[in-house]
Amino acid sequence: MWLTPDESEALRLSLIVATRSVAFSLPPAVMLAFILTRRRFLGRTLLDAFVHLPLVLPPVVVGYLLLTVFGTRGLVGAWLQSHLGVELVFTSNGAALATAVMAFPLMVRAMRISLENVDRGLEDAARTLGAGSIDRFVTITLPLMLPGILAGGITAFAASLGEFGAVITFVSNIPGETRTLPLALYTALQSPGGEHAAARLACLSLALGTVGLLMSEWFARRVRHRLGG
Amino acid sequence: MLTVAATLSRGAWVLNAAFELPTPGVMALFGRSGCGKTTLVNIIAGLLNPDVGRLELDGVELLDSGRGLRVPAERRRIGYVFQDARLFPHLSVAGNLRYARKRADGPAYVDLDAAVQLLDLSGLMDRRTHQLSGGERQRVAIARALLSQPRLLLLDEPMAALDHARREELLPYLEALRDRLAIPMVYVTHRFDEVLRLATHLVLMEAGRVLAQGEIGHMSLDPHLRTLVGRDEVGAIIRGTVLGADSSSRLTRVRVGHGELNLQAPGLAAGTALRVQLLARDIIVSTQAPQYLSVRNSLAGTVKCIDDDDADSDLVTIDVGGTDILARITKAATRELALRPGMRAWALVKSVSLRAYPTSARASPTSAAVNAAT
Repeated sequence: MWLTPDESEALRLSLIVATRSVAFSLPPAVMLAFILTRRRFLGRTLLDAFVHLPLVLPPVVVGYLLLTVFGTRGLVGAWLQSHLGVELVFTSNGAALATAVMAFPLMVRAMRISLENVDRGLEDAARTLGAGSIDRFVTITLPLMLPGILAGGITAFAASLGEFGAVITFVSNIPGETRTLPLALYTALQSPGGEHAAARLACLSLALGTVGLLMSEWFARRVRHRLGG
Repeated sequence: MLTVAATLSRGAWVLNAAFELPTPGVMALFGRSGCGKTTLVNIIAGLLNPDVGRLELDGVELLDSGRGLRVPAERRRIGYVFQDARLFPHLSVAGNLRYARKRADGPAYVDLDAAVQLLDLSGLMDRRTHQLSGGERQRVAIARALLSQPRLLLLDEPMAALDHARREELLPYLEALRDRLAIPMVYVTHRFDEVLRLATHLVLMEAGRVLAQGEIGHMSLDPHLRTLVGRDEVGAIIRGTVLGADSSSRLTRVRVGHGELNLQAPGLAAGTALRVQLLARDIIVSTQAPQYLSVRNSLAGTVKCIDDDDADSDLVTIDVGGTDILARITKAATRELALRPGMRAWALVKSVSLRAYPTSARASPTSAAVNAAT
């Protein structure tokens, strides 16, 4: 390979963090998109606003809030550590959590748009054919909102690869554990004579982004074709 | 028996409708757009909740708001063919049919092969739904609804999106459904020709209310029908039985009431039950047995009543032997003939202006008896 060990480490870490981030946030995002689009309940607007907060907050603030909640002395963090032995601060899992929170609103947004386009008449038709609510969701709604799930997943994956502020605040910048591509690039820029390394990392990010975009376009086309659009 | 009663208000608009249909039969819900037909059908299907409602199908209660009983749509076993077909776009035609069959519940009376054959789908099974024409989509939708083994089939203007040729193509499939499967149907339409071809019973709706309801022959004489179909489409619909082909002409002899009609209906075997429409505007009334006329048909009977049709014409009801027909004549003619109820009269009609539609033997007790006798 023409990558230095440090570069491939950062690339590997970025991919792992982004994959975990998307894998864990996908199911709750689908649920939330469904609830926010289809259900009318007290506090819906509040929940909607809460989900969108990471879009408008500075990432450093999100990282700080994560530290207070999921840190070793945070309410959830302490519980996770003592009961499940899961440590989030200074680990790649923590990095995945930070990127997931930052990318979550993007994911939910994409899914909501596609869910709003699902013809509810088709769900009614399934109903008259004897399909109960869970059956309908799995066999009709979910396949029809697949384009949105894919788009949301890919957008979130791309955002996770690039997340900087929340990650460095929450899990710091540890080589081999939390130093993803953007963090490595930042580190290179901070060190004297690191311009060359920074340029290489920037090119790597650019290549990754381009491949991601092309793949998402290809996926979207296949799904559209399958749905006959 | 299907019993439906529902009240639903949406702001100023109020639906307040009730009807009964002996099963198996085909009930047409007939009325202008926006009169509440689709709303009523959605309530029957369980997709919409009425404020107050009752629904009972062959002794099974499906809805009784008074007792808080409401069987959810997915457990009602009521099939629904929507105006826009609503095929699942992520499944093939075969996939759509299997979707219904897998979830079918209760006694199975239509299997996949029978449905495919009845609706002529064998060449379409592997198609994606967006590759189908409008008529094909509706045939798949009908087969899909049948495969859920419904106790009742609802059809909401299944032909509204089709052009005339496609309509004519689909109608025989619907007739086959009525004649070969003993499945009760509720058919929503605003086209009277579809009512004539398919329905055994008729509910007239206007602005959320039921104007009149009953068996189709009886309803054809109902004054409310005039306001809905226009005066030129008014006319008695009577039952007849094919006696055979007339040897001297190419016409078919049909027994109606105590008389006989000759009409153009080639290829029908003796004993076939028919529904014949005699438009009121086509009937000539005579007070003497007709002679020296080109008219092929004369039915002898008794004047039952004479009603105003408009300023210049009357609608004369003539009993031609257990069945009534309507004739529209000018008021001047009524005066000159001195028509009065109880008078002997002959109704004359040209063979070419008769419309005949073969019907199912199950349509009603009377025609079933006729069929059983032959």
